[in-house]
Amino acid sequence: MSTSLSWAVADSWTLTRRELAHWVRQPVQVVVGLVFPVMMLLMFGYLIGGGSGIEGDYREYLVPGMFALTMAFGLDATMVAVTQDLNKGVIDRFRSMPMASGAVLVGRAAADMLQSAISLVVLVGVGLAVGWTWHGSFAAFLGALGLLLLLRFAMLWMGIHLAMVAGRPELVAIVQILVWPVSFLSNAFAVPESMPGWLGATVEWNPMSATATAIRELFGNKGGAASTSWAAEHAELLAVAWPLALVGVFFPLAVRRFAALSK
Amino acid sequence: MTDAIVVEGVRKRYGDKAALDGLELAVRGGTVHGLLGPNGAGKTTAVRVLTTLLRPDEGRAEVAGHDVAREAGRVRRRIGLLGQHAALDEELGGRQNLEMFGRLYHLGTRHARVRADELLERFGLADTGRKAVKQYSGGMRRRLDLAASLITDPEVLFLDEPTTGLDPRGRTEVWGAVRSLVGGGTTVLLTTQYLEEADQLADRISVVDRGQVIADGTADELKAKTGGDRIDVVLRDGGQLGAAVALLPLEKADISVDADRRLLSAPVTDRMAALADAVRALEEAGIEAEDIALRRPTLDEVFLHLTGKPEEAA
Repeated sequence: MSTSLSWAVADSWTLTRRELAHWVRQPVQVVVGLVFPVMMLLMFGYLIGGGSGIEGDYREYLVPGMFALTMAFGLDATMVAVTQDLNKGVIDRFRSMPMASGAVLVGRAAADMLQSAISLVVLVGVGLAVGWTWHGSFAAFLGALGLLLLLRFAMLWMGIHLAMVAGRPELVAIVQILVWPVSFLSNAFAVPESMPGWLGATVEWNPMSATATAIRELFGNKGGAASTSWAAEHAELLAVAWPLALVGVFFPLAVRRFAALSK
Repeated sequence: MTDAIVVEGVRKRYGDKAALDGLELAVRGGTVHGLLGPNGAGKTTAVRVLTTLLRPDEGRAEVAGHDVAREAGRVRRRIGLLGQHAALDEELGGRQNLEMFGRLYHLGTRHARVRADELLERFGLADTGRKAVKQYSGGMRRRLDLAASLITDPEVLFLDEPTTGLDPRGRTEVWGAVRSLVGGGTTVLLTTQYLEEADQLADRISVVDRGQVIADGTADELKAKTGGDRIDVVLRDGGQLGAAVALLPLEKADISVDADRRLLSAPVTDRMAALADAVRALEEAGIEAEDIALRRPTLDEVFLHLTGKPEEAA
């Protein structure tokens, strides 16, 4: 049993290294992946900063929102990578080999989480450069990064599952488009109070909003006008509960879907 | 030698279409067996069942002495698979691919590296080991794919249409590689749409149609059943087709005529005699031929003969 576990770890590491080798082979893609959220941050921070309904320094509000948005957009990156793999024969070879079958998923998960962690470090650096900073303790700062990676972890399993359901790049493109409105229906850029009532309520219950609100509190950033809704007052709870619930749903679905490739 | 592959009554349905409809197969250890059939006959499904990628709905299949459904892990340790599409990581280099697969076969990092070098050398890819696979030519990619399926010297090797989509040079390369394997004791199951390929590589051939084996035997036995080789004569003047049919020393009932192509075609038993007779008869009658050729029956003709209908009617 312990040997099969150690093989499972070894196989997962081999497949994580496969992804890292892709980065080395395609540095341009890696850089583009890192630059995209930075570009969004600068675009919203400097070009569109006016219409958000935020009093005071918009960047205080925006930068944590961009962190959360970047994690949510990870869904897209995971889906594209999984679809590409499935549409090539290489997964068939993996499945016809005596390796730990879950290693394909674990390797994907490890590589995507690592990519997102690096992306967060870059974004924090850019945030600091444009004048954002955190005012709370370092522990709270790390706690906030933890919540962000937890959101990314939920997006990871959702992405793996959706990619396997969609199967083809054309259908993945549809999800890629839907990621935009769903991400913008959050409080990443604007306070829900500035929106019509029903829209504001939807926005507050968006998992991404919960994470954004929770990390603003942990960073000690001004969260616009303090909202008094239940979702806003329990943002930290929701920022943990939402991702865990999503993982609880999509992790077993993704694993089952992967096992069902032999059906 | 015992049978390396045994398939008994295997069925696999997709919706209401049966991809495998009671497939039966027995392949002796150490031989090359061809599965010959058109697109959609169930060849790839058969390979996917035998390589543990698909579970059969019904029936039983054993590879290298182990049940593919109940002992998938044991089967996987004993097989190699060359799928229809290159099963490689296109972004990585050839050596990186082989090392990765070697580690996943649990050879250990050092051994995996040594094995990768050996295989690259053996398949003439040593110079291109660093290049990304997506920059490889079709033939090179196929050879690397084949190398990857041989990392552990498998007991049973599955080749699913190994030359489909390759140019003639790539095909010759792959054929050469497959031939060099035979004799090492490996059992090979090869699927193909080309009678010529099965003829070149396989000891025995099973013809598959609609998920069933409809005929099997050696290449010679099958060709004898289907009328063997054929002679094609193309005339300069299509108006003389009737005269040519009348005077050629061939069984009149077997001659088929294609007026648009000014072609007449017939099965022959003694190849060389038939060719010499045809040339002489046409020359004596003063009928000018543009082309006279002997050829093997096409898969279409084999099918027509075995099923009494053209393949697309299925």
